[in-house]
Amino acid sequence: MAITLTENAAKHVQNFIAKRGKGIGLRVGVRTSGCSGMAYKLEFADEAKEDDLQFTSHGVTVLVDPQSLPYIEGMELDFQREGLNEGFKFNNPNVKNACGCGESFGV
Amino acid sequence: MALLQISEPGLSTAPHQHRLAVGIDLGTTNSLVATVRNGISVVLNDENGRAMLPSVVRYAADGSVVVGETAQAMQSEDAANTIVSVKRFMGRGLNDIGDISRLPYRFVDTPPAASPFATSGGSGQSASTSSGQGGMVQLRTVAGVKSPVEVSAEILKVLRNRAEAALGGELVGAVITVPAYFDDAQRQATKDAARLAGLNVLRLLNEPTAAAIAYGLDNAAEGVYAVYDLGGGTFDISILRLSRGVFEVLSANGDSALGGDDFDQRIHCWLLEKNHLSALNPRDTRLLLTHARTAKEQLTDHGETRITAVLSNGELIDNALTRTEFQSISQNLVQHTLQPLRRALRDAKLSVTDIKGVVMVGGATRMPQVQNAVGEFFGQTPLTNLDPDKVVALGAAIQANLLAGNRSGNDWLLLDVIPLSLGIETMGGLVEKIIPRNSTIPTARAQEFTTFKDGQTAMSIHVLQGERELVSDCRSLAKFELRGIPAMVAGAARIRVTFQVDADGLVNVSAREMGSGIEAAIVVKPSYGLSDSEITRMLQDSAQHARDDMKARALREQQTEASQLLEAVKHALEQDGDLLDQTERAQIEALMTALHDTLQHTDHLVLKRAIGALNDATVSFAQARMDKNMAHALAGKNISELEAK
Repeated sequence: MAITLTENAAKHVQNFIAKRGKGIGLRVGVRTSGCSGMAYKLEFADEAKEDDLQFTSHGVTVLVDPQSLPYIEGMELDFQREGLNEGFKFNNPNVKNACGCGESFGV
Repeated sequence: MALLQISEPGLSTAPHQHRLAVGIDLGTTNSLVATVRNGISVVLNDENGRAMLPSVVRYAADGSVVVGETAQAMQSEDAANTIVSVKRFMGRGLNDIGDISRLPYRFVDTPPAASPFATSGGSGQSASTSSGQGGMVQLRTVAGVKSPVEVSAEILKVLRNRAEAALGGELVGAVITVPAYFDDAQRQATKDAARLAGLNVLRLLNEPTAAAIAYGLDNAAEGVYAVYDLGGGTFDISILRLSRGVFEVLSANGDSALGGDDFDQRIHCWLLEKNHLSALNPRDTRLLLTHARTAKEQLTDHGETRITAVLSNGELIDNALTRTEFQSISQNLVQHTLQPLRRALRDAKLSVTDIKGVVMVGGATRMPQVQNAVGEFFGQTPLTNLDPDKVVALGAAIQANLLAGNRSGNDWLLLDVIPLSLGIETMGGLVEKIIPRNSTIPTARAQEFTTFKDGQTAMSIHVLQGERELVSDCRSLAKFELRGIPAMVAGAARIRVTFQVDADGLVNVSAREMGSGIEAAIVVKPSYGLSDSEITRMLQDSAQHARDDMKARALREQQTEASQLLEAVKHALEQDGDLLDQTERAQIEALMTALHDTLQHTDHLVLKRAIGALNDATVSFAQARMDKNMAHALAGKNISELEAK
């Protein structure tokens, strides 16, 4: 299983990294916090850590730390537009419940 | 679920903790809002994909308010209730605005007391309000009287709603840009407008500084940069110095009545001439100006354009305009911008070769002839790769992101300068400058003053702004009194007056009597500001009048001395006149009359001679008084000693 990006998400990530001027890819992970226990982490990655797991999806490198992987395995990252707002959305098959806004989730 | 943004490494925020912050370019013609998203500063568009919101507000009789394009479309139909370029009225009194007969608004001049932005007292014993002049101008609309602050707040509200819709949450704050030359009143008015729109102002940022940040010059090598900002109706040039990651505005200059619109006007005039037309009706004028604007924009990318229009009388206008011809008819406008450029360099005491980079701001800088002229002037190609309409908002967003705490580490501080010196009034109507012009802010400076009369228990502190030596030639910002000074002989009290200017350029003045610790303070929120043309005029005046001012200062000093001497001699004559014989007294009185008569004289040397004469004549009198007092003191002692025994 892997972490994947939709084509649209990958296109945006590549665009952002190009404009930012540096970065080798995306770092995706979870941490314990938020109203439903877990929260996603979505950051630019400037370097890979030793025990990072690496995935490549539509040309974008995705780094995940081993502790996070069980919670997000098989997840797909999408880029969506909702009215004026736009951003990334996680389609995570592991989620059992999420808080109203979805920023925080439980497995 | 919520849409997420990519954070910088290690800076992912906890859920519901995103600190949404925006940068707002509140412009004279157009306004924009931008934010940092996925690590990049972007301008936020409206539902129709438009980034620029025309800074136009229309009030309807039913109380509804329309902002932007819709309001702009009604401009000619409902001119009195459709407010354009409200930025020009921010923090200004009616007298500052100039030729109001050319404007379609019904102005209301507000006395300062009625203005909510009058000087307010700070901490301390007493702080009276003042400013003494008219309040901020207001506009009578069909929906009631509106202040420029309220009108600006309507524009900001639209931008705030747009930002909250686009970011999916409430904003923690905004950085709003202002021209570098904005004075206290104008800055305060901008802050008030933001508050009224429900925005928390993280910082007011000078427009040129924002542009420099957008270009990432803060990460560039240290050096001096010029920001050339030719907007729709205003021109500003600023010289910035970057050192150790800190921006400092060295000088600012410009022309508040020169912009892209003047280029449209030139094409309009050219059309009239080509077609042998005289005065047109307003509708046709509008029509030709719109076509002129389109032609101007086309000539940026094309060598030639065609202007075709049908006037209301059916007459057909059809002319071809080449870029070369456009350049020749607008040449003097371009040249006109180079004059303030030279002045700004001179103010900063720099030459063209000191400038490391030139940033172009404002839609009008897209014109090739402007870019060429600026490039030629500085001997280098100006920076034009960012959209000149958006560059200020983009920079403000970067600063807002930083101030909201979304970026750690290399935190830079931004320094700006005050446009005119700040000081207080001293004896004889003279101004003592405490913070000189172009001082970087935030800053604080103190100076000690003393009392002028024996037993003086109060001191009036008159805060002034300007470069001239005399109070009457400077702008009064505020007045307050320090009361409760213990009675002491003249010159014995030590009163420390401290000026503080915060990062937003707002002034706080406090006075403290060092012996007793009594204190009074005032936050200068003048209800009345200086116009930029007034600042320019005051600066020019100060240069032209430097010699006159020196003379005036010398004269005032002699006058003050003469008054003090006359007062002292009069007092002495009343007390100890009996020590003098008839001739001595007559001689002194004659010299007093002579001195009194020369008080109105304009030559300070004449006064000086008269003072000298009276001084000389009273030497022996002073000696006699001293002897008498000594004798009196000794005599007193004898008595008390006798009594003690």
